[in-house]
Amino acid sequence: MLLVAVGIGVLAVIVSAILGPKKSSRAKLMPYESGNDPEGGVGTSQRFPVHFYLVAMLFIVFDIETAFFYPLAVAYQKLVPFAFFEALTFVLLLLVGYVYVLKKRVLEWA
Amino acid sequence: MPDWLIAALITLLKAVLVALGLLTAFAYMTLVERRLLARMQIRWGPNRVGPMGLLQPLADAIKSIFKEDLTVTLADKLVYTLAPILAIGMALTAFGGIPAGPAGSLFGADPWVYNLDAGLLALLALTSMGVYGIFLGGWASGSKYPMLGALRSSAQMISYELGMGLSVLGTLMLIGSTNFRVIVEWQRFEGWTILFQVFAFALFLISSFAEVNRTPFDLPEAEQEIVAGYLTEYSAIKWALFQMAEYVNMMTASALMATLFFGGYRGPVFLEGLIPGISGWPIIWLVVKIGFFLFLFIWVRATLPRFRYDQLMRLGWKLILPLALANTMLVAFYLAFLKPAGLGLWLMGLLSLAGLVGLLLLSDRVRGLWSAPAAPKVPAKATRPVGGD
Repeated sequence: MLLVAVGIGVLAVIVSAILGPKKSSRAKLMPYESGNDPEGGVGTSQRFPVHFYLVAMLFIVFDIETAFFYPLAVAYQKLVPFAFFEALTFVLLLLVGYVYVLKKRVLEWA
Repeated sequence: MPDWLIAALITLLKAVLVALGLLTAFAYMTLVERRLLARMQIRWGPNRVGPMGLLQPLADAIKSIFKEDLTVTLADKLVYTLAPILAIGMALTAFGGIPAGPAGSLFGADPWVYNLDAGLLALLALTSMGVYGIFLGGWASGSKYPMLGALRSSAQMISYELGMGLSVLGTLMLIGSTNFRVIVEWQRFEGWTILFQVFAFALFLISSFAEVNRTPFDLPEAEQEIVAGYLTEYSAIKWALFQMAEYVNMMTASALMATLFFGGYRGPVFLEGLIPGISGWPIIWLVVKIGFFLFLFIWVRATLPRFRYDQLMRLGWKLILPLALANTMLVAFYLAFLKPAGLGLWLMGLLSLAGLVGLLLLSDRVRGLWSAPAAPKVPAKATRPVGGD
């Protein structure tokens, strides 16, 4: 499936590269900036708000939490009621971190 | 020929069929979307190319193949080319795991390309690989607007991935498996999961709208704000591949919703009285359900305005995430204490419905979470920039 899917993508790009016209000029290959000449930092040389970084870090933390939760969810019915308290402890610990993040106003984007 | 070779060939054939089917569906989906949007705005959609515009997708495809493929000067050539391929590859692959019928119902073969015990996990993993395609595409363009769009879209997609992953946990707890076939067969006997998990379904629906970048969450490609976001520097077939990936992701999300919450490839049992065996028609029911959700995607696009970026992130982190966790704990509580006490699944359904109704009743109050930003700690000085607006 993966082979076929990627193959279709590669095929499309190759076919288009063969069939499409190739008449490039300097002006045509300039990065788009609303019709102006590009100025200042371009692409990665620009600076971006640290918020994106924070969100990515939070995502890692919470995604790992999700990853831990999946096995528990699948095996849950065999482990009740003990597993309930385990899950509750886990979620409460996470909530402490979550509330900390809330209070630190990381999720405000103001 | 040895057996394994035949099996491999059949799988390959099915993979090709699914991929081509998805591409055709994508092409006609664009047409259907334009026609439906037009009808919702009291006008006609494309109706010149072929009868009822039926050849429009073909014309679009041929046009995008014969267009010039530009690579701007500052672009990273290799990544710039690979990003759309990655996006479409992951999008197409994710769909292959959805079962379209019981085993052996496709002319003696199994109606899925691959069937994993961790099917749901694999599907979520593959769809989230799509983030790479979008982000790398934006980064490799070496230009401002694509970079901004890529940052925004990756932050948005990873945020809502959490909501998506957490909101299905309750369903998994009830069913006890991540294998799609087990999930569908469980719903055949116990009833559709939507009956017991309507709250989780609402969260999942919102998350998947955001996950596939559709309105009201289509900020990465908000035309009026940052041109076309990560697509700005893409032309010709590469642009079409990104577009294709988005629509295929929509179909995958619809199929996922149908499979997890709406009984997958099985129709409602009460129709059996009308025509015996109607609920067992394979594939047809799945297609009907996918079609319904795709219609919902289009309908919402024609109805709701876009979120602002901070509103979007606040909605994801402050509403969807805690509520999904709460839903999980609710199901956990039910399974641990109420079910052993002899209370049936109907109670779970009532609890879930109560959650949804409560949320809707409180909607005016919770809207404050994302509509009004909390006042900044240091009040901004009321000065206006010189030169006016």
